[in-house]
This record gives sequence, C-alpha cells and structure tokens, in this order.
Amino acid sequence: MRSAVVVFPGTNCEHDVVHALSVLGGDAELVWHRETDLSEFDGVVLPGGFAHGDYLRTGAIARFSPVMAEIERMAGEGRPVLGICNGFQVLCEAGLLPGALIANRDLAFICRFVDLEVTDTGTILTRAAEVGQRIRIPLNSYEGNWVDPSDSGRIALRYVDDPNGSQGSAAAVANEAGNVVGVMPHPERGVDELLGSGDGRVLLEGFLHSLLPA
Amino acid sequence: MTTATQPLHRRLGMTDEEYGSVLGLLEREPRPAELAMYSVMWSEHCSYKSSRAHLRRFPTEAPWVVVGPGENAGVVDLGDGWLAALRIESHNHPSFVEPYQGAATGVGGILRDVFTMGARPIALWDQIRFGPLDESKNRYLFNGVVSGIAGYGNAVGVPTVGGEIEFDPCYSGNPLVNVMCLGILRREQLVLGTAGTPGTVAILLGRATGRDGIGGASVLASASFDEESQEKRPSVQVGDPFEEKKLIEACLELYDRGLVVGVQDLGAAGLSCATSEPAGRAGVGIDVDLDAVHVRESGMTAPELLMSESQERMMAFVSPELVAEVLAIASKWEIDSAVVGVVQAGETLTVRHAGRVVAEVPAASLADDAPLYDRPMRRPGWIDELWANPAAGLEADPVEVLLGLLDDPALGSTAWVHEQYDHMLFLNTVVGPGGDGSLIRVRGTDKALAVSTDGNGRLCHLDPRAGAARIVYEAALNVAVTGARPMAVVDNLNFGNPEKPEVMWQFRESVEGISEACEALGIPVVGGNVSFYNETDGVDIHPTPVVGMLGLADPMPNPPPQLSRAVEGMEIWEIGPAPSANLAGSAAQRVMHGTLTGRPTTPDPETAKRVIATAAELAHSVPVLHDISDGGLAVAVAEICIAAGVGATIVDSDTDLLFTEDPHRFVAVFEPGYVDLPDGIGRRVGTMGGETLILGQSEPIPLDLVAGTYRNAIPRRMAPSP
Amino acid sequence: MKVTVEITRRPEIADPQGTTIQRALHDLGHNEVMSVRVDRVIHLEVDGEEPGEVQNRVEEMCRQVLANPVLEDFTVEVG
Repeated sequence: MRSAVVVFPGTNCEHDVVHALSVLGGDAELVWHRETDLSEFDGVVLPGGFAHGDYLRTGAIARFSPVMAEIERMAGEGRPVLGICNGFQVLCEAGLLPGALIANRDLAFICRFVDLEVTDTGTILTRAAEVGQRIRIPLNSYEGNWVDPSDSGRIALRYVDDPNGSQGSAAAVANEAGNVVGVMPHPERGVDELLGSGDGRVLLEGFLHSLLPA
Repeated sequence: MTTATQPLHRRLGMTDEEYGSVLGLLEREPRPAELAMYSVMWSEHCSYKSSRAHLRRFPTEAPWVVVGPGENAGVVDLGDGWLAALRIESHNHPSFVEPYQGAATGVGGILRDVFTMGARPIALWDQIRFGPLDESKNRYLFNGVVSGIAGYGNAVGVPTVGGEIEFDPCYSGNPLVNVMCLGILRREQLVLGTAGTPGTVAILLGRATGRDGIGGASVLASASFDEESQEKRPSVQVGDPFEEKKLIEACLELYDRGLVVGVQDLGAAGLSCATSEPAGRAGVGIDVDLDAVHVRESGMTAPELLMSESQERMMAFVSPELVAEVLAIASKWEIDSAVVGVVQAGETLTVRHAGRVVAEVPAASLADDAPLYDRPMRRPGWIDELWANPAAGLEADPVEVLLGLLDDPALGSTAWVHEQYDHMLFLNTVVGPGGDGSLIRVRGTDKALAVSTDGNGRLCHLDPRAGAARIVYEAALNVAVTGARPMAVVDNLNFGNPEKPEVMWQFRESVEGISEACEALGIPVVGGNVSFYNETDGVDIHPTPVVGMLGLADPMPNPPPQLSRAVEGMEIWEIGPAPSANLAGSAAQRVMHGTLTGRPTTPDPETAKRVIATAAELAHSVPVLHDISDGGLAVAVAEICIAAGVGATIVDSDTDLLFTEDPHRFVAVFEPGYVDLPDGIGRRVGTMGGETLILGQSEPIPLDLVAGTYRNAIPRRMAPSP
Repeated sequence: MKVTVEITRRPEIADPQGTTIQRALHDLGHNEVMSVRVDRVIHLEVDGEEPGEVQNRVEEMCRQVLANPVLEDFTVEVG
C-alpha cells in the first residue's frame, strides 16, 4: 500500500511526512507536482509548506498543477486524499473541500502545540480515534482560519481553545464521503514524544489504514 | 554632501586616498564600471578595512576546523563523515530603513552563505536589539523585524529555533538585526567558492537583476544615519523566499550530482564580488558579459549591473561539458539562469557591456588589495568614572525586583516572538526557543548540535574586554547545559563609528576579550561579521559583540535537561563559585535604578573551564540545568518554576546575591540523594514545591502571578491601543 | 464622500508576487501577459463637505500610515 506525497515548488514538509509515515510502517514516496500518473498509488498526501510562495492566494496556483487531475480522480474514486496545512489550502482552492482558508484572526503566524478534540470518526484521518478523544499536535500557519459560507463541511477535529477564528473551531474538515480531509495542524510533527507529543500517530494510522482495500 | 558636482569616486563613497590606490593599481584613470566595483568591494561592509588588522587576533585553528574564516561560511568536522557549516551576519542599517524587508533579506543572505558551501541549511537564530518599547517607533521596528524574519524564514522552509533580544535606548536609532545559520553536510558534499581552471563557465542562477540596493553595501552599511539618510532610502532590497527555496533545492541537486566546480552566493557587492572573489581564490582571470545577465529592468548601466544587490542569486562555476545539464536542472526548479562568463588564464577580470570592454582589472585586487586601516584608538575617559562609581545595592523587596524583571521585555517570555517562527520543521528540534541553547539532533546518528547566541551591550559598555570574554563563557555554558561540548564560534561585532578612537578602542578590546576566552577554552573562531557605523546623530550604540557558539553532543543526552522536568521535592543547587553582590551591568540595575555604572566582575578562565565541563557532564543525568545570567539566580529559578508549573523556596535572603549576574554559575535541579556531585562544586539554595515562589524572607509570590507577569511582558506592550 | 486610494509598489522595487503570478499565467497558456504587478486598493468613506479638503486629508493619511514611502507610491481619488 503506497502513498504519494506531492511536492510543489515551495513545499517544505514533504520529508517530515515521509518520515512520519515510515516510522508508522507506511510506504510513502515523493512525487513532483508535474507528475500526471498516480495509478500506482493507493492514496495521496499534500504536505505543508508555501507552494508558490503562497503568492496570489495560498494554494491558488498549486491547484492548477498537472498532478491535481490525478488527485481529483483519486478523490472521486473514494481513495484517501489528505491535505496538511498548505495541502488543506490547496484542496479548498481546488474545490475538493468546501470553504477557504484566510488569515488568522489575530493576523500573526502561529507555531505552537494546540489541543484538538475528535468530533467525527467517519473520515480517513480520524477513523482510528474515538469521538471526544483529545489530541495535542503543533499548529504552524498564518492562513489557518477556515471559513465556509456554504456551511457544508464535515468537521473531523475541533480546536479546544480557538487559536485562529476558524468557523466552528474547525481544525480538520472532510468531504461528504469522508475520504478527502484537510487538517491545519501537523500530525507528522506529533509522532515523537521527545519532540513534545506522540498524539499525531493515531491520525496518521487512520490514513494508512484507509490505503487498504475496503 | 552628495551633490552631482562631486567626483564620481566621492559619490560612490570612496575617499580620495582610496581613489589614489586604484590609480596606482591600474596605472591609469579607472573607468566608471571599474570604480563602481572598487567602491563596493572596498566598502567597510565588504572589505572590513577598519577591522581586518584586529580580526587577525582571533584564534582560528583546531583539529576539527575544515574551513576557517575567509570562505563564505566556517565548516567544522562532527566526526563520522559529517560536517557543520555556520555563519552569522548583520543587516542593521537596512532594518532601520525598512524593518520587514531588511530583516527578511538578512535571513536570505545568511542562508545563501551556508548553502553555497554545499550544506543544507537546517536552522536559524536571530539576535535583535531595539530601543525601549514604550516608544511607538521602536514597536514598529520590533514588529517589522520579527514579521520579516518569520515571513522569510517560514516561507523558505528553514526553522528559526532560537535567538536573543535586548532593549536599550542606544539602539533606538540603530536597531541591530543579526542572523545566524547552521547547515549540515557530508564531507564529500563540501563546495568552495572557487572559479576553477580556465575554460570553466560562470552561470548566474536565480532572480532577475534589478536596481535593488544599488550602492547598498557602500552606501547603507558603511555610513551612519543623519538627516540626509532620507536620500538613501530607495536602496532597500526586497526578498523572495519562494525563489530562495527553489534555489536551495536546485543547488543541492547540483551538488548531489557533482556538477559544479565552485559556487559563490551574490550578497553585498553582487556581481562584482561573485566574479572577482572566486577568480581571485583560484588565481585565474575571468571574462564577464553583462549583456547575458537576465534583468528585471531595462536600460541598466554597467556600473548598476555590477553593484546591484538583487536578492536570491548564486553563481555556479561549471565545466563546459556539464553546462547543459546544469541549465536543465535550473529549469526544472523553475529558476532563471544565464551563462555570464568564462574563466581565463591570467589574472584579469574583464567585463563587457553593449559590445564594449567596460572594465579590466586584476581580479584578486578587488578583494585582496582593499585598504587596511589601523585607525587610532583611545580608551575613553568616562570608563574610569564609571568604574569609580560602583553599582548601588538594590535595597528593595526581592518580590518587587523579581516581578519588575519578569515584566521586562528583555527578560520576559519570548513566546510573542518565537511563536511567529516555525521552529519545528524537519522534526529535529529537541530543545527549541526559550531554552539556554537550542538542541538539534542529526537524523541517522546519535549526535546532536547545540547552539547558543549571546550578547550584552551594557556589559560591554562598562568593560569591553571583560564583557566580551564573559559573553563567550556564557555562550559556552549555555551550550554545555544543553548537553554539548562547545567547539566553534562565529562572532558578529556591532559597533559605532570606527573613525572615533574610543569606538576603535572598544572594538579592539572586545576582539581581545573574545580571543582570550576562546583560547582559554580551546575553541576556534571560524567566521564572523563586522558592522560599523551604528551611530545616529553622533551617538554610538554600546559596543555589542554577539557570539554564536556551536557545540556537539555525541551522544545526545536522551532526554536532555529541560526546565519543565522539575518536580515537587527536587533540590535546587547553584553550581559554580559563590557570587559577589556586584550588580554592575545587571538587568536589576537597569530595571530598578535605570543606571549603568560600576565595574562588572571579570571572568576567570580556569573557573569557566571547570564549570563548563561539569555542566556538559551533568547534562546526561540531571533533569534540569539552567544557566544563570540575566536577572541572576532568582530569575533562573522563577523560569524553572514557570516551565514546570511548580513553586519553589529559595533560602538565601540577601537581595543583591539573588540578582547578581556574576559569571560561571548555573542551576541544577534533581531528586534528593543524587550523589555524584564533587565536593565544593556548589551549594544547595532551595527546594521545588508548593504553588508559590518564596525568596528568602519575602512574602510568597503566587505562581500564577509569576507566570502571568512573565508571559505578558511583551504582549502587553505590543497590544494595539484600545 | 467615497475615496479610492491606490497603493502601488514603486517601479524600481522588486515584486516577487507579480513575477510568480506571471509565470503561473504562462503555464496556463496565457503567454500574451507581458508583466504583472500586484498592488492594493483601499476604499474609504470620509465625512467631509469639500472634495479638495478631503483629498488633502486622505493624502496625509497615505503619507502617515496607509502607504510605506520606502516601497510605495499612492494616488487618491475623491468621488
């Protein structure tokens, strides 16, 4: 079961994601954004960073990358598609998730641990956790504030103490089918107690589980 | 005055004598493009003409030094085929003019210095200094600089894992922005800034060249601010972290594939430097075609092209048969590139533009024949006056002093700053911002690197030699309490106007102090930077040498000591010599009395060595170690309480002893019965426990108040007005 | 009165955002785009009777805070 970890120009968390998935026994491979064939992969992760410098709007240019056609296909087929931070922003710009990410309410970049609560376990990210479970992982973003005028997103994780003004305190949002998930904090930064927390493991385990045939 | 009627060399910031030297070198009148190159290469910022003679004092050798001062970054051997590259740089003047871009481009520049050596940059530290935050101009600068460092560092994808902050009125007109970068590489990846042999092709990679920073090196960094500074404002460069990120990945791929002979980054003095220095190092000449340079603006003259400081550009020196492959890799990473030159036999740098030769100079002369000044030095008379006027005792309730210090923006929590920096990227930050040092593990090994950056302008104002030495000892101790053996130093020397004998004396004394301390500890200086002319309207900053100390932990203590590991019942010890009550230069003196006077306690090399070695050893078994510096023992213990969420009782009731900053001391906290402490190494000063902090006979202070004061120090001053 | 303020980057100052957007447009086949610069527009509603005076006041606001004179120029249009 292999996952593709997509690299746009300006992405910077790809090695961390590959490392975290490997530590959990997953098989992950970096894929350049110009790749047009993901048929040999069972799922895909769009990692964090600053694709195209976040110029114009965050994720606005990346959504037109050649690889996005394949990601849309996989999403439509029910495959697991996980967007972390900048990846979440790209998925919203691409219309694979509802809403958009705008500047944090206090207009400052936030890099610190946040406490989350699992609210919906019917998604590829949260299926290995339990409703009400507390998860502590790092947030690292300037545009982490999710807004959704259509109010149609499934909220999978909520911030316990709202750090950025996100609608519904949403920290992770899924599509109707639960196979496309965007999460603003970084699960891959929470897999090693030495660095502060191992809580991210249960989230990435959910993703890895989702790679297996149903 | 800078009127158009002045001769060209004066308008470019050169003295008549310097012009005379160029005449002598070329044995003819220089062409405008040639003069432009000499003016930037011989500027203070690029040539170190006022400081070079003194910098030779530094001890620079040790068995583990692979590349010492003189290349783009210092490189040391970590063992097992691993090397570390480090460099520190200042961007002081640009940050006063435009704080966001000044700081951002400072980060960009230091990154390039490191990845030009073949290393992947893995961490950044910033050392920033401003005037007091009760002035709105200083809040504006502070905010702009922090935003700029965050905006660039986060977007380029290198974590900023620590730093230091100081506030003092002397920095109001001259904020200081220093940035340090660390990179990691395997020995076989090391690349030097050499042009190679004749036939080698020079390829310019990165952003299109514009008029950014024209004369920045010669104009901004080499002159003081005054009312005419308004005219100089358009020279500020704008950074693009996205371009830099692409450049890093492209260059690392070029190195991986062994495609380059040498690489040089374009920083101050842009193309002038990136062509002449590599050629000079290799003892060759080079033929440069300015028409080939990819440009952002039309109609740029040859002098403009040669002086431009457009950011995010690198020069790669490539064997001719590999040029196509290099251009293809640049293209893959969506980076513009241009073949701009060819290395020649001989020693001449030839520059062509619009089909004509516009410059023909000995390549090495631009770097090697820069003027060397031995400026006059004079010990200022006011030092003896200050020394004759010792620091007054505090004569205050220790509770009031402690809360006053914790509320001070230089001692309070730096979370307002460091939570704007991505400090976790790469998953190797074991000890991040807020600790004495940072601890970065080296993935795939048992090793970890510890770094501390330290400076103290007030201490150095009172005694530049002892102050600078103390900074080195403190940085080494900070690295040791993080679990590492200190092994290399980079220095950033921030001073006022070198044309004043008092400032030159302060400079020489600081260099001497750093050298003595490094020699005592056996630590080489592997690189550094000098920033002069930090002076506004005739007032100089305090002499502010900043030291970046690198240490190696092999193996890394796992887990390393952390303030948060203190628990109820643990004993609190002060390790090191019993301090005197000298408060000269201390934060307590500043906060409680608003004075700066007295003679600071001089450091003792033998004690320093012993205490540093003890700390490095204890770090492998003791849960909490904390350097005693700003705010003395009381603040160190308070910080442990805040991090651990546990109160403490300190037995000592002499207020001055609680807040003195005498050197060579650290706090150790551990379970009762820990038996491996050598006799006489220190003394027990208290116990962890309860929900209050008790200093001697004073009223217990609720932990909430201690923590709240500490956490709110900066935010309450930076909050927008209601 | 409605006032429109345009804050534009001074022409000699680099615009990395503009450069990146131009590249993206070319990637999408819009090669006819020769240059891109990204600027800001601020819309104000200002209490005032006399357009000339409002113009002066808003220009003062631009000099004071709305524009960064190191990097930016501004134009003010009333009405």
